[in-house]
Amino acid sequence: MKKILSLKELSERNLGLAGGHRACAGCPFPSIVKMVLSSSDYPVVVANATGCMEVTTTIFPYTAWPVPWIHSAFENVAATIAGVETVYKSLKKRGLIKEKINFVAFAGDGGTYDIGLQALSGAIERGHNFLYVLYDNQAYMNTGIQRSSGTPFGAHTTTSPAGKVIPGKMQERKDITEIIAAHEIPYVAQASPSHFGDLIRKVRRAFEIEGPKFIAVISPCVPGWGYPENKSIEMAKLAVETCFWPLYEIEYGVYKINYKPKEKLPVKVFLERQERFKHLIQREDLINEIQKKVDEKWERLLSLDGKKIR
Amino acid sequence: MRIKNFIKHALTGNEAAAYAMKQINPDVVAAYPITPATEIVQIFSKYVADGEVDTEFVPVESEHSAMSVCIGASAAGARVMTATASQGLALMHEMLYIASGLRLPIVMVVGNRALSAPINIHGDHSDTMGSRDSGWIQFYCENANEVYHTTIMAVKIAERANLPCMVCMDGFIITHGMEVVETLSDEDVREFLGKREPLYNLLDVKNPITVGPLDLFDFYFEHKRSQAEAMLKSKRVIAEVVRDYNTRFGTDFPDFVEEYETKDADFLIISMSSAAGTIKEAIDIKREEGIKVGLLRVKTFRPFPYEILREKIKGFKAIGIMDRAESFSTMGGPLSIEIKASLYPLEKRPSAIDFIFGLGGREFTLEDAFKVIEITKKLYEGEKLPEFMYIGLKGE
Repeated sequence: MKKILSLKELSERNLGLAGGHRACAGCPFPSIVKMVLSSSDYPVVVANATGCMEVTTTIFPYTAWPVPWIHSAFENVAATIAGVETVYKSLKKRGLIKEKINFVAFAGDGGTYDIGLQALSGAIERGHNFLYVLYDNQAYMNTGIQRSSGTPFGAHTTTSPAGKVIPGKMQERKDITEIIAAHEIPYVAQASPSHFGDLIRKVRRAFEIEGPKFIAVISPCVPGWGYPENKSIEMAKLAVETCFWPLYEIEYGVYKINYKPKEKLPVKVFLERQERFKHLIQREDLINEIQKKVDEKWERLLSLDGKKIR
Repeated sequence: MRIKNFIKHALTGNEAAAYAMKQINPDVVAAYPITPATEIVQIFSKYVADGEVDTEFVPVESEHSAMSVCIGASAAGARVMTATASQGLALMHEMLYIASGLRLPIVMVVGNRALSAPINIHGDHSDTMGSRDSGWIQFYCENANEVYHTTIMAVKIAERANLPCMVCMDGFIITHGMEVVETLSDEDVREFLGKREPLYNLLDVKNPITVGPLDLFDFYFEHKRSQAEAMLKSKRVIAEVVRDYNTRFGTDFPDFVEEYETKDADFLIISMSSAAGTIKEAIDIKREEGIKVGLLRVKTFRPFPYEILREKIKGFKAIGIMDRAESFSTMGGPLSIEIKASLYPLEKRPSAIDFIFGLGGREFTLEDAFKVIEITKKLYEGEKLPEFMYIGLKGE
């Protein structure tokens, strides 16, 4: 199987998501969905957690999904796709279905880091054969930008507002990729729509592997982060170039950094482009704190690069 | 006429349910342990481990995920079952509405148990009464034998009505009480049920469907209206499936309401589940004393058989209704409220009293049943009584 397909090659396939949906102008998740689903060489069945993606793609009687798709609730996309995949396994075992199908779950950070963490943990522990794609926009954007445990330190949200006393969210975000990696599943990765060759390669690698797979994709949010609507991919790129969102993968326990910026940009250039961090511009102490954390995590990754940890 | 293939077993309610599930041989079972229904999945997972069923068993990490897996699997076209009780049912509450709203014929056996707080593991109906408006068909069984047969019938009813279905039995009293259960042969069950033939399924990748879209003020109302229509139509499905079952196998299970000694009765007791057995015995004894009392046992609570109950109660002067749940409405338990509403169009309505009993597994004794009969008799004789009272409560 060809590891990398060009965007031109992908564009000739079933993209998995039709135009006409109601995602915000500039929102990158439709591109992420198309890159993920068109990377599959086999038919896909998709499950979706409640959130922006589900809401903007399916207002009855319309659907933007030219592939089988199910949404049941917010916190259970992993359990829902597990149910579908279990039926496939059962039919396959009894020779009642021949064709190969790839199963994909999509959820945001709220449905993954917070309310859906238990169902996700359970489904990957049980070893269901599916790919879980987190589109991480770092807050509850669908309900109007509330903080999640995926919201980064210092970010303003409507429930962690930058006030006179408290400058935004005062807690670090969970490292969801490492939490999932601790389950010792075959494949865990972080990706970005800005580095689409890397994203497509990761998805295609994941589809080759039997068992649970997890890819966290950063998904900048125009209204939630506060930047011009033609800058989503640029924001994703800055997140990578500053090592705020490193691109790496853990395949059967072996860490591999997929992209090392030639010149690691200071995190400030990522932060200062966003409304959600604008209150930090005068707070050098806090920016330094964020930079320190980014550096620590990057150093840790560098030290793990190429090593088998589990 | 009974068919030749009946086999007698001594089984508890849990064992009877698990045995029925074995013969049903569902495609997928997803479940989580909870007292007093744990044994069902415990026994069933042994069937899976021993290769006695084709089922894929999914041992989930919570009841919420149990119902979520069932929903995914059912939407993928599979025959799907689960079992739970009490807190587990409460945890999956959100998903109950989604199962019925998506019109998925999932069958769930429930070992009725009290809800926390205070925590209690014993039988009462507060769990399933909490989900009475979730769009599930609900059957309440009197004994282990009825649990076995109802579980099998429920699969066919659910799949024909395209609605999920709960088979309820009293925690410990039935789940753990051993009784004689007459079972069908595997072939009979297989033949009776046939295969599930879903209209759509998610694995049909050539005909993609969208399941569970956002549905706002444009169409949500119409979808709920059609769901209500499905529940209404399920009454005919229930009647037909039960009749077919009784004819085929020589059984005499009620579809909605069982009558006991009602023909010449002066007044009626109305009950559900295992308490009906105790009341039947009390009726036999009281009839020897010349007290003409009868029983209506409500087997199907959802859809509520209000026309049947209205017809059967019409003409009686007094009824005593038994509720194994407190609804905190301050006007009695849920069964009594719905029965009274059923009687509203009658010109002459009977006097009614509700007896709330057995909460948290408090034993309902023969003496308690005598008391219920005697108090209802007073009502029949014209005495003024409160609208509801508690039976078997300390200090009353």
